Amino acid sequence: MNAVFYLLAVLTLAGGLAAILFKHLIHSALAVTVAFGGLALLFLQLDAQFAGFAQILIYIGAVAILIVFAILLTHGSELPKEGVFSRSWILGLVIAAGVFAVLAWAVLQSVHAAPQQSAVPVVSVRDIGNALVGRYVLPLEIVGLLLTAATVGAVIVAKHETGRSR
Amino acid sequence: MTSAGPQLTGYLLVAAMLFAIGLAGALVRRNAIMVLIGIELMLNAANLNLIAFWRFGAHPETLTGMMFAVFSIAVAAAEAAVGLGLVISIYRHTYTTDLDRMNRMKG
Repeated sequence: MNAVFYLLAVLTLAGGLAAILFKHLIHSALAVTVAFGGLALLFLQLDAQFAGFAQILIYIGAVAILIVFAILLTHGSELPKEGVFSRSWILGLVIAAGVFAVLAWAVLQSVHAAPQQSAVPVVSVRDIGNALVGRYVLPLEIVGLLLTAATVGAVIVAKHETGRSR
Repeated sequence: MTSAGPQLTGYLLVAAMLFAIGLAGALVRRNAIMVLIGIELMLNAANLNLIAFWRFGAHPETLTGMMFAVFSIAVAAAEAAVGLGLVISIYRHTYTTDLDRMNRMKG
């Protein structure tokens, strides 16, 4: 537990909190990008270089851009008249606080059972590649199929429907 | 990096807090895109848990937690693409992304 961890944790949580509190959707998208970046740095601090750089490429590079595109295509940059928070926001906050309380209680109860120190794992990208085409080849194929289906499905869903009366 | 202290617990607490923030965002905001952002935050919190358990677990060389997180990132990317496509499609029909006004099942 060192200063870098605290800095990254504060950065990530502040980004997430800002994302759900900002009124403008574009500001929220930028704040959530900060949170994704903080998470990528946390992955790097956990010696998971591959996952950290995959996080940067996929989330900051692709998902954040996709969110910004969706906001602009749906005129989300205009503030709604009736406010940005839902009618039942108190209930939502209570549920989220309850979930956090349960999770934090469980984590703090298991401090002594959890392994806290271990040697730094030596994992090269070569090992990850060998595992991906060796032991994890079936999940890899299924993910490939899923990504293909999701790409085609997203195009079909978002495509302008012709020949249909509105 | 060798300072003593409950390291795994710190990461787990950060992940729990991020999950709660994402859940609050998904439940509190009116806009459908904000709900998707909240879901992304929750998925990321789960990934942080997976990576932390992989790092401090008994056999990190088997790569189980890391692979789980990588596949989870890929599935989350597919989910984001389809979810945002759905939001855009609904917007074309109803001209709103306000979830409180999406109360019809008729297209």
